[in-house]
Amino acid sequence: MVIHPKIRVKNLTVSFDGKASLKNVSLDIEPHIILSVIGPANSGKTTFLRTLNRLNDDERAMKVSGEVLLDGKDIYKDHDPVSLRRKVGIIFALPVPLPMTVFENVVYGPRRQGIRDKKILGATVERFLRDAYLWDEVKDRLDEPAMTLSGGQQQRLCIARTLAVNPEVLLFDEPCSALDPISTAKIEEALSKLKRHYTIILVTNNTKQAARVGDKTAFFLMGELVELNETGKIFTSPEDRRTDDYLSGRFG
Amino acid sequence: MRTLSPRLTQRIAFSILFAATLFVILPVAFIIGVILKNGLGAVNWEFLTAMPRASMREGGILPAIVGTFCLVAGAVLFALPLGLCAAIYLSEYSKDSRLNRAVRLAIVNLAGVPSVVFGLFGLALFVGFFRFGASILAGSLTLGLMILPVIITSSREALDAVPGSFREVSLSLGATKLQTIKYAVLPHALPGILTGTILGVGRAAGETAPILFTVAAFYLPRLPRSIFDQAMALPYHLYVLSTQVPNVAPKIRYGTALVLLAIVLLMNFLAIAIRSHFRAKKKW
Repeated sequence: MVIHPKIRVKNLTVSFDGKASLKNVSLDIEPHIILSVIGPANSGKTTFLRTLNRLNDDERAMKVSGEVLLDGKDIYKDHDPVSLRRKVGIIFALPVPLPMTVFENVVYGPRRQGIRDKKILGATVERFLRDAYLWDEVKDRLDEPAMTLSGGQQQRLCIARTLAVNPEVLLFDEPCSALDPISTAKIEEALSKLKRHYTIILVTNNTKQAARVGDKTAFFLMGELVELNETGKIFTSPEDRRTDDYLSGRFG
Repeated sequence: MRTLSPRLTQRIAFSILFAATLFVILPVAFIIGVILKNGLGAVNWEFLTAMPRASMREGGILPAIVGTFCLVAGAVLFALPLGLCAAIYLSEYSKDSRLNRAVRLAIVNLAGVPSVVFGLFGLALFVGFFRFGASILAGSLTLGLMILPVIITSSREALDAVPGSFREVSLSLGATKLQTIKYAVLPHALPGILTGTILGVGRAAGETAPILFTVAAFYLPRLPRSIFDQAMALPYHLYVLSTQVPNVAPKIRYGTALVLLAIVLLMNFLAIAIRSHFRAKKKW
């Protein structure tokens, strides 16, 4: 059986102000896997992630060449940013709860799509807070400001908020970089359950995390995709010397 | 040459700086003190709620108070929506473009235009060209133009102070740009916008020159009936009492000044109170 890639990237080059952040990247991502993206600073991994839901669009003097296909449809030609972002959600490195209640944070996306029914919104909140492993901790605090939650809870709230938009692809941009080990473990647990329903791309600076949760791992260096393979393969017998050097800590 | 001891130079520097600061407070305190002392006796219920009588030498100043409130309300009704929309466009849509720089320069210049020029401009445009005549409408629009820069500048500052991450989060959740502004940006900029508007109101209430040719009635002992009616206004009434009408009791002049001053200061205090209230509540 042929599995059609969820996302197909062909010769993608992205530059800001004439400086290329991504150079000629091509890769396929199958549905329902976690792809870990690793690489040192300035390797282009965050640019790659933000390109996938066109959050780079408004940045100064950005140029894109090549193609990104989501289910075979070009994200620049066949999608507008709003419809694309409803299919491709992102969770940022630092949790940014909007200054409103926990409840309102979760339903922010659905409300913008015109959903007003209190019952539907209430069910949405419970379902996605459960999916993000936060429900039990906040079910009695739904009307409190989201800012009062702890850092780890805020990040899981952000995950629930993104899930509530009903995306198909989830982008995680170093989601645990500001979290303690226990919160990190909770998020990783959520990630491995979420991949049943979503295709996940996880950018991380923590190579151990990539090894723990990624089905596949891609290694970026200075804007180029050096290597993409099964996670086990990347970590035990990488094909490229630069991958080996990075993973064994010889640079980066 | 012997140098002074560090301790002494410290003392001298401190004294000079402290004296300078004190000097700033002095005139304000003096003005308020004099007006309170001479005017408080005149201000009573009748003064605030009666029509002027005997060529303004007796009675109250009600029409001037009402006139000022009408003018200020009209100015805000005109300038707030216009200024807010302009600020949203400048802050959220046209960041760092040539147009943006040109508009910013225009706003700075608009703020620097002498108020008497606004008055003449209002006379030419609203009273003359649009044929509103000397009316509350013409006066409000003229005052509105004058406070537009205050509203635009403070609204832009308030919008720019909302963290960019709110916008990014909202967009990433599939909200459109307009929804993002409406739900993730504006609510958090509102206190700043309100503060700027109230400061504008204070300014509009106190200005004389812009209303001189566009609305102010010399003596009109009745309340305005429509927006095309002329009206008395506190600043102009004060000017008239002080220079145009012989033998007015000083008490009445100071009383009028006191009412005007109280309105303007009240506005400023309200603005400060709102700002500090929301600053204490802010959590990002």
